[in-house]
Amino acid sequence: MTRQESQEQRRTSPETGAEPTPIISVRDLVVGYGGPPIIDGLSIDILPGRVTAIIGGSGCGKSTLLKSVVGLLTPQAGSVRVAGHDLAALDEDALVGALSNVGLLFQQGALLNSITVAQNVAMPLEVHSRLSREVIALTVRLKLELVGLAHAAELLPSELSGGMKKRAGLARAMVLDPELLLCDEPSAGLDPQTAADIDQLILRLKDTFRMTVVVVTHELASIEAIADDVVMLGRGGVLLFSGSKEEAQRCGVPEVRDFFARRTPEAGGDTRPLLDVLEGRP
Amino acid sequence: MRLDLSGVERMDSAGAAFCALLQRRVAAAGGTLELSGVSPAARDSLSVFRVRDSDASPGRRREGFFERVGGSVYSSFLGFVLFAVLVTDTFYATVTGFFGRRQRVRLAAIIEQMIRIGLESFAIVGLISFLVGLTVSLQSAVQLAQFGANIFLVDLIALGMTRELGPLITAIILAGRCGSSIAAELATMVITEEVDALRTMGVQPVRFLVVPRYIAISIMQPLLTMMANLLGILGGFVIALVSLEIGPEAFGLRLMNSLMLWDIVTGLIKSVAFAWIIVFVGAHRGFQVYGGAVGVGKATTDSVVQAIFAVIVADAFFSIIFYL
Repeated sequence: MTRQESQEQRRTSPETGAEPTPIISVRDLVVGYGGPPIIDGLSIDILPGRVTAIIGGSGCGKSTLLKSVVGLLTPQAGSVRVAGHDLAALDEDALVGALSNVGLLFQQGALLNSITVAQNVAMPLEVHSRLSREVIALTVRLKLELVGLAHAAELLPSELSGGMKKRAGLARAMVLDPELLLCDEPSAGLDPQTAADIDQLILRLKDTFRMTVVVVTHELASIEAIADDVVMLGRGGVLLFSGSKEEAQRCGVPEVRDFFARRTPEAGGDTRPLLDVLEGRP
Repeated sequence: MRLDLSGVERMDSAGAAFCALLQRRVAAAGGTLELSGVSPAARDSLSVFRVRDSDASPGRRREGFFERVGGSVYSSFLGFVLFAVLVTDTFYATVTGFFGRRQRVRLAAIIEQMIRIGLESFAIVGLISFLVGLTVSLQSAVQLAQFGANIFLVDLIALGMTRELGPLITAIILAGRCGSSIAAELATMVITEEVDALRTMGVQPVRFLVVPRYIAISIMQPLLTMMANLLGILGGFVIALVSLEIGPEAFGLRLMNSLMLWDIVTGLIKSVAFAWIIVFVGAHRGFQVYGGAVGVGKATTDSVVQAIFAVIVADAFFSIIFYL
């Protein structure tokens, strides 16, 4: 099955036969950090209500894609539409409104170090809602309880471990119950039990709040546990595969096959074993 | 050339690199390197490492002279534009930051910054101002005494402190203490993606991070400058009393006659301008950081050097406007 066929099939809802509107629509995206583009001409659709795992080698543009989706990076060409909005084209007020529907968990948590965990989690509520202080405090408490950090509410981020920071970051990302939750390597560097807890939490959020979740990850166990769809990027942000997890596991694209078989891709390019070179073997 | 590796019991990375280098040197000289009796240990090691057939590593292309000049001009222009945007955003966010519920400037953050900038700089600004007043008076007293112009020490220290030394000393100390701290804090927040996190939450980093510091330093720097003026003049009084035998009454009378309100006001106007230079240079360098820990260090150093330079240039500019 080709990529295009696979995407076409996923676009059609089995119940209604209608095409669900993608919650994220990336078209011919070219984006980078000032130098050569990290992503050069990527087009993908992310469907609503599903968990999509974005996989690929280091430096292929997975995190860059997430940053483009939330408007942190302005495309050099192409477009990124989130729930119908082109974030790069919105004015300040409209952008603030649109961002209330998106939560982003950063790779290292990115908590503000000068305020407590509870204040960090409360911040999106203070910016985007008109709730009273009591309701905000209670909501924060509930979210921290959900990630198992209620006891750490009054601690500063510098007093947390790496895993706790990530869980606090997740609580902050989901405090508004956003339509779209983006997670940059949520289980990287965590012990297997905490990683599994986070996976289960993501699944519960998706099912309970009908969130669309996009997860950048290298963890096969996480993909196995939570992903509905898989997008694989190659060097330069080239789309190697986009389809359901089951299709990914049996597809013929060598990079995808190697990834799921936990095989290191053959050392490519013009490198050869030193022994072959010294012994004059071709 | 033949390389006999039969006696090799263990080959480390440097050994493998030596073999590769030898092969290249021999090939470059037109010869051929032949291995003989490669021991199992050598075979294992040489099989682990991979090399490129083409030696040309991509590397970075060296820029030409005109490219470097063009790049510098462009980045300076871009830096100027971003600085102007930062200043405009800060003024706008300050004016609009006290209305509406969303995106309000946090009073607690302003008070926290006022404490950090004001109270924590209080002792060092006071002590240095007193010592500078004392030293300048001591040096001047000797010269003035030769002409019997002892009483003019009061004019010298009063005008010198209020017009020049008070605002300048305070600004230089705050550029070192607060400008560096603003640059380092913001730069670290950029590196650790805290600034990006603010943006994704719909919080304007300028409103959240710069405006409280801007308001706090705009209030505290004139207050510290007034304190510096007073303590500098006190240092002058000590010398006047001890060295020139000018009593408190004579000193006070002369001070009232020599010092005009305009002298104090111009000094305070300068202090506000210096405060803005310090906060904007610090914030600009902090937001423009790149390159991890090294970048944070560079942003901090640059902010102090550039702020002190800009303060001195601005001081000269104000002196020409106010006193020429």
